Amino acid sequence: MISAEEFTNQLVTEFEDVEPNTVFPDTNYREIKNWSSMYALIIIAFIDANFDVQLSADDLKNTQTVRDLYAIVCEKMK
Amino acid sequence: MSFVTVNNISLKGIAAAVPSVKYSNLDYSHVTVEERELFIKTTGIKERRVAPQGMSTSDMCYEPAKQLIEKLNWNKEDIDVVIMVTQSPDYFIPGSAVILQDRLGLKKSCLAFDINLGCSGYVYGLFVLGNLISSGQLKKGLLLVGDKSTVSTAFTDKSAYPLFGDAGSATALEFDENAKTMYFNLASDGSGKDAINIEHGGSRNGIQKDTFDLIEIEPGIAREKRHLKLNGIEIFNFALREVSPNVNELYAKSNQSMADTDYFVFHQANKLINESVRKKLKIADVSKVLYSLEKYGNTSSASIPLTMITEASDNLITKSNNLCLCGFGVGYSWGSALIHTKPFICLPLIEL
Repeated sequence: MISAEEFTNQLVTEFEDVEPNTVFPDTNYREIKNWSSMYALIIIAFIDANFDVQLSADDLKNTQTVRDLYAIVCEKMK
Repeated sequence: MSFVTVNNISLKGIAAAVPSVKYSNLDYSHVTVEERELFIKTTGIKERRVAPQGMSTSDMCYEPAKQLIEKLNWNKEDIDVVIMVTQSPDYFIPGSAVILQDRLGLKKSCLAFDINLGCSGYVYGLFVLGNLISSGQLKKGLLLVGDKSTVSTAFTDKSAYPLFGDAGSATALEFDENAKTMYFNLASDGSGKDAINIEHGGSRNGIQKDTFDLIEIEPGIAREKRHLKLNGIEIFNFALREVSPNVNELYAKSNQSMADTDYFVFHQANKLINESVRKKLKIADVSKVLYSLEKYGNTSSASIPLTMITEASDNLITKSNNLCLCGFGVGYSWGSALIHTKPFICLPLIEL
């Protein structure tokens, strides 16, 4: 599994108009520039495509930071 | 999942209609310009067709059916069955197929009934109609598929309003002992009934005092209980979980090869979902995966026939093709089909 930093960098490339050096593992992903509910779907697609892991609506509800997402992906890949 | 086959069915023609009124999602003033652009980029849906007040679902199926019967040179007396697949019928009662039997001038001995399915409806409809004709007792049938989805979406609900377009279609099937086998893989999971749902108006809740109250669910999403609600995350996860295994199983059990498939025609949900499904199925040749959603949005059960005639009619008219069709959504209900088509009639898209 890649590091949390690499996970964050890859995730950021999925978002439109977000500078890579503005988002870190401990960033609250809902505070990413121009956040909208559409981003939640983009996160789900990214994680499904790259890690073959599905995030539920509850997983999203229970997470705040990119690192939280990373932790769920690591847990589900076990 | 249920793997089933249908024999002796030849697809003779498809026609589809959309309203001429275009709505551009760039003009969707309920959300910011940035949100509109992100929506279009992510879902792929730029424009949708919206039926005006007074234009019903059966109106959008009548014209394609009428023109297709004429073009096929079918004698109306020979049409033995007409099935209407819709979730936006003209009336609660009677069903829309019966209305169209009369309006199209079909005989009284013609079977006519409705099927209540949405995004999976075209695949299910082909299976049901195919089965009815397969024994040769009924020879010719029409599958009419369409929805006026915009009748139940709220302008103030950004999670549903910009997704849907209206469309109707007609598909002609005929008994043919020389036709190749059609393969189907059909499935249902009603535990997803709340993910896409119109809460009020039916016999569960009827019409109550609060049916028409505009309720804010979250910023940008306000609707009445008579409106369609859509849980995007749940639906996305459903599609990621169920669609590609269903299609893979269809290929495995039918001993068919994806490499021999000429076109993949999937329900036009949105680009993010459809592209995720395509990648999970490892379909590398994107030119085989047809899209019409940029121009027409998610047209519910009509999306598969609409996409076939708008995106591939040149090849469908002139060549034999192996098609993989797949519908998935409301219910949940989903299914896929492998069908071999000989050159068949595709009418140019009708604008009403």
